[in-house]
Amino acid sequence: MDHLDELEAQSIYIFREAFARLKKLALLWSLGKDSNVMIWLARKAFFGKVPFPALHVDTGKKFPEMYHFRDRYSAEWGLDLRVEPCPPIGAVDPTLPPAARSAARKTEGLKDALAKYGFDGVIAGIRRDEEATRAKERVFSPRGTEGGWDVRDQPPEFWDQFNASPPPGAHLRVHPILHWTETDIWAYTKRENIPIIPLYLAREGKRYRSLGDKDITFPVNSDAANIDDILRELASTKVPERAGRALDHETEDAFERLRVSGYL
Amino acid sequence: MTIAVSNLAAAAPRALHRPQVRIVIVGHVDHGKSTLVGRLLHETGSLPDGKLEMLKAVSARRGMPFEWSFLLDALQTERDQGITIDTTQIRFRTPSRDIVLIDAPGHAEFLRNMITGASQADAAVLIIDALEGVRDQTRRHGYLLHLLGVRQVAVVINKMDRVGFAKARFDEISADITAYLAEIGVTPTAIVPISAREGDGVAARTPSIAWYSGPTVVEALDTLTPAQPLRELALRLPVQAIYKFDDRRIVAGRIESGSLIAGDEIVIMPAGKIARIRTVESWPATPLATRQHAGQSVGITLDRELFLERGDIISHAKPPRDTRRLHARVFWLHEAPLKAGASIVVRLGTKDTRATVVAITNAVDPGELSSTGTDQIARNHVGDIDISLAQPVAADPYAENARTGRLVIEVGGRIAGGGLVLSVDAGERAAPVDIVPVESGLSAEERSGRYGHAGAVIWLTGLPGAGKSTLARALERRLFSRGGSPILLDGDTLRAGLNSDLAFSAHDRTENIRRLAEVAAHLARNGHIAIVAAVSPAAEDRAQARRIGDELFREVYVATPAEVCESRDPKGHYAKARAGQLAGFTGIGRDYEPPTEAELTIDTSERSVVEGVDDIERMLMSSGVVFTEVTDLAANI
Repeated sequence: MDHLDELEAQSIYIFREAFARLKKLALLWSLGKDSNVMIWLARKAFFGKVPFPALHVDTGKKFPEMYHFRDRYSAEWGLDLRVEPCPPIGAVDPTLPPAARSAARKTEGLKDALAKYGFDGVIAGIRRDEEATRAKERVFSPRGTEGGWDVRDQPPEFWDQFNASPPPGAHLRVHPILHWTETDIWAYTKRENIPIIPLYLAREGKRYRSLGDKDITFPVNSDAANIDDILRELASTKVPERAGRALDHETEDAFERLRVSGYL
Repeated sequence: MTIAVSNLAAAAPRALHRPQVRIVIVGHVDHGKSTLVGRLLHETGSLPDGKLEMLKAVSARRGMPFEWSFLLDALQTERDQGITIDTTQIRFRTPSRDIVLIDAPGHAEFLRNMITGASQADAAVLIIDALEGVRDQTRRHGYLLHLLGVRQVAVVINKMDRVGFAKARFDEISADITAYLAEIGVTPTAIVPISAREGDGVAARTPSIAWYSGPTVVEALDTLTPAQPLRELALRLPVQAIYKFDDRRIVAGRIESGSLIAGDEIVIMPAGKIARIRTVESWPATPLATRQHAGQSVGITLDRELFLERGDIISHAKPPRDTRRLHARVFWLHEAPLKAGASIVVRLGTKDTRATVVAITNAVDPGELSSTGTDQIARNHVGDIDISLAQPVAADPYAENARTGRLVIEVGGRIAGGGLVLSVDAGERAAPVDIVPVESGLSAEERSGRYGHAGAVIWLTGLPGAGKSTLARALERRLFSRGGSPILLDGDTLRAGLNSDLAFSAHDRTENIRRLAEVAAHLARNGHIAIVAAVSPAAEDRAQARRIGDELFREVYVATPAEVCESRDPKGHYAKARAGQLAGFTGIGRDYEPPTEAELTIDTSERSVVEGVDDIERMLMSSGVVFTEVTDLAANI
């Protein structure tokens, strides 16, 4: 088994544990490279079928290429797609800085979807290497009834034994690719031939390294025309992956505040 | 300070064949873990551009001197409290290794986070403050590393600058920690004198520690090896789930040790059933003809339809033991101490079962290494316990298989502790190797030809007074008069003999049901219809009876309303219970858990005895137990 085989086997194990132990799961599909890998892994875990809905919490401000991708592959992959619109900006905590406030709409949209469908488990494609607060996550991460994350009261998690009993009204976040890196994602995408949104590849000296809302996401300088180029670029760069995500850089703790209140 | 390894990170594209080693840095609070991590990231050139400058600027803005530990303490709350509260994962490279660094907090309050981090590690760095020496949390972490199965431990003695880089102090602490680790069976891979703050010993032997000739921290890390999957051990495939998304019935799980390939004969424990692997399923390419090894998540189909379920373990000729008793060494993380008699949930691989702590045979505070008696195991302490399990499980002693020899304990749906299986002790049970079952010389067809029915277990469950025995007797008469071979097994009758050693505790009730089910299943496999009349109030006990009876099992829920049962009171039990003379009597004092998947439900307040027996007979006919064309079948023999 090589490195990618090990990562894949571990993710499949997590998917199967989540499906065995939770009653009503949904997979959060952000349409980005990570959640596409996640869907691929789910199909591996369940022999071609994704046995729970793919939930797209839609801010309405994604790039056109992303909507095109969603509609094409939800059909091609046989997904049970549920699209949940986000509430208007006025419904969001006005003390947050502008970009974080815009992103927080997604948190509210997710809460609406949880209430509407009664999911007790939400599978999300976050990774430890993305961002410092995500590094502190558990694979099965309990959320309060308001969707909040209490970083100081996380249960122990070891030996692939997961805490899967959320109290009534609360839900669990499940993170099957928590242990992957950005490089792993691209190497696996290439090996498995997983489709990607072309915005990840360079056009006129710029590409998107991470995709979010089009008004708060910016491309980085790059000449990477294909996945091999991306892998070479990642081997030498010291620019953080989320450099183009405005909400990470507004204030020191903006991202952490978002996460405590339920952001991914 | 310039270090030779500092530009390695950018030297070459990440090669996937470089060994990746996950390490954890542990030790007493404030002995310098976060500082060492910050320093290691800097010395190996692993920091993102601008991170160091950004944090230095933040420190200046707050009027604080810059600390290397700020690199890790990215959370606001951490900086406020001055403690690292959780596991972070950070990566850097040594000359020949990719290191995934898991920071783990030293504060006693957060031992659960240290364990979460350390359990993922291939190796550990145990850090000790040269001023303070070995402290309680140093010992506690050392002990837990051992219990968690982390076998490679490098020791660093930090803050050497604070003791004037004195070799004598280094030697003193080295001797202390070496002696302690030796007691718990750990040999350190290196003991390195360092100053994380100043950089000495981290990536270079500086003049300050000229007396030291051993490896630097980076060099010590460079010799660590990743934990290997247990390829050489016997096959263990714990069943995660059985999927029927299409016409395939796929048994899914991860191979914890050994390997398998299509065509293998397998044993499914704890039931000990035999089957053969028909195919190894996958996606998108399927089926797979290649051998599958430890570490892989697989799916297999079998050559026959068997009842198996999540928690079973698939093996080859050398199966794990099946048991209802375990002896384990556990660490305890819950606020409330673990006490003898406690009701817990035990998770062993993918299996979970209710269990009772029968006894605590030893309890220790690993920080002080002092015994704390045998009445309880306090939070953050360790101890040896005997566990009685409500369901049989398949398990190995930890010494034989680390993956199938460890368990976690849940209290209130939350993981409260974990530990190693010291021994799998069935107590009164004979070793499987000594048991050679003798199969009957008669075939099933011979028997069914004579009786006009196949073997079955008819399990009548319901409240006392519901009419189970009456129905059972009438059914027995009906089947006998049509030439069949029914045998009545009444719960109370068996308690007078076979089960006379059992009382009415939860454990004894479970055992009573198990024996009834085993006897009934044996009769059924030999062509008889075993009619069991037993209150059997616990759904889990009946589920076990169904597992034992397997496809021969038919459950009949005698669902007569409770008030009707009490008004009948054929044995006078309700009256005694109302008078307080019959504690634990099902129907008044205890909950009866009604079946949800019974093959048949009969309310004897609405159906006569004859109608009830008619219902059962129809069910037996429609499910192929009783043959409608008796003579035709007899002619086929």
